[in-house]
Amino acid sequence: MDFIQLLASGLANGCVYGLIALGFVLIYKATEAVNFAQGDFMMLGAFVCIGFANDDFMGQGFWIAVPLAILVMAVFGYLFNWGVLRHMFGQSQTSIVILTIALGFILRFIAGTIWSHEPVSLETPFAGQDIRFGGVVLGVDEMLVVVVTIILTACLFVFFSKTKIGVAMQAASQNQLAAYYMGIPVKRIQSLVWGLSGAVAAVAGILFASKGAIDPSAGLLGIKAFAAAAIGGFGSLPGALLGGIIIGIVEPLSSRYGPPGVSQIAPYAILLLVLILRPGGIFSQTQKKKV
Amino acid sequence: MNQQNDASPKTILKIDNLESYYGPIVAIRGVSLEVREGQIVTVLGANGAGKTTLLKTISGVMDPEKGTIAFLGEEIQGQEPDRVVRKGIVHVPEGREIFPLLSVAENIELGAYTKNDKAASANDMEMVYSYFPILKERRAQAAGTLSGGQQQMLAIGRGLMAQPKLMLLDEPSLGLSPLLTQEIFEIIRRLNKEQRVTMMLVEQNARVALDTADFGYVMELGRIVMEDDAETLNNSKDVQEFYLGVSQEESQRGQKRWKQRKTWR
Repeated sequence: MDFIQLLASGLANGCVYGLIALGFVLIYKATEAVNFAQGDFMMLGAFVCIGFANDDFMGQGFWIAVPLAILVMAVFGYLFNWGVLRHMFGQSQTSIVILTIALGFILRFIAGTIWSHEPVSLETPFAGQDIRFGGVVLGVDEMLVVVVTIILTACLFVFFSKTKIGVAMQAASQNQLAAYYMGIPVKRIQSLVWGLSGAVAAVAGILFASKGAIDPSAGLLGIKAFAAAAIGGFGSLPGALLGGIIIGIVEPLSSRYGPPGVSQIAPYAILLLVLILRPGGIFSQTQKKKV
Repeated sequence: MNQQNDASPKTILKIDNLESYYGPIVAIRGVSLEVREGQIVTVLGANGAGKTTLLKTISGVMDPEKGTIAFLGEEIQGQEPDRVVRKGIVHVPEGREIFPLLSVAENIELGAYTKNDKAASANDMEMVYSYFPILKERRAQAAGTLSGGQQQMLAIGRGLMAQPKLMLLDEPSLGLSPLLTQEIFEIIRRLNKEQRVTMMLVEQNARVALDTADFGYVMELGRIVMEDDAETLNNSKDVQEFYLGVSQEESQRGQKRWKQRKTWR
């Protein structure tokens, strides 16, 4: 019973990691840059939603706040690429890495200034409710996290494989030059991908804040999600989700059954293991070009 | 300058004094040329002569430093590639450059990215499949698993989907066997005749290019050094020696090649 309980809460956590990792991978595939502020995007999305929803702030209610927060983060991601990153074109990878790390700091302090550094949780209509199966108690919030992740993944799958713009995004990530030749506006596509990953981050943040308290430093979860993305094979969307779920499940299990401290290092130990045994990640997608 | 007579069809692409740079290095220096409607025009030259740069500058992937490119009377130099494609110029790049993880059908559909008429694009797709039946057979398979020749067919077919008025073909024979090269050029000829696509063809394989083309330019070190009807070029002694590998009489102490090259600049 204990085990299943841990598994369920680990799965819920893992979905949040997976969604943040998804944001990493989306941006990496489209622009070959790593957005180290992805965790902070998640945190900001959560706080924007809290700002709209909670009675202490604007008090608009959960169902209005959620789409608003997703929209705000999508626009934020789009504008960040359009206004800042695009102009870094041709600069070294290092400057982009440092830029996104700095963005993370800025977002953390902005969030702290607006919403204070105290932990807050999102007021949801389903807080505290739970469902019992025999001896297992599952929180509605935790189940919702899993359900929403599945729905979002399905939507993304359909978007990428069936819509014109989704296929164009894949094309631009596989061969940027050829995408230019086909008349695909690559720069706008990249901004759209940033917007999309902002929206995914907002969903992750809302889920995170609805099942527990969040404070501005929660953005540092991004590092765990980065490990998740690398475990899954940086560049694979299903891999990112799987990596997140692996980490999410291993954490509570190792803290329950392992010696103290193990749960903190477990994600990175798995990362090391994967990198040694399968350097491309679980779902590596590297392919050599034919000459 | 131009040796074509006035009875020939109207000019659709006119390049004047074009200069492009890779950073500080001049890649093309003052190129002027014309492409007339319905023709196949070839640009010959050795490695590093600036042929690819010329095509990239036309399609907008590179911006020129100086000069003008007029397409159907409208200046298009320095525009973003997606706008150039919308105007009717499609670039089939060197080395295929397909989308390896997408299916063959998705690759072809992406060629019509700038088109919004779904019915017309479906028709075009059938047309592409009729020219390249192998692509229809392989349409569900990832494009990266195709052979080199099939990838080249895919790249050309994908380019056709944009319904181009002018197609820029960069080294379609690169890495292909002589037999496949013949096959590809046969299709290029047919597309030019049957679909009325004007072609600008860059090649190192001068023989097959001159056999296919109506008019030819020879580039060296970023300049146009010769221009004439394909047939005249085919019979020209210089072209025969330098690009077709027809040996002349014994050279004086093997120095002739170098000397003659020198007089071109």
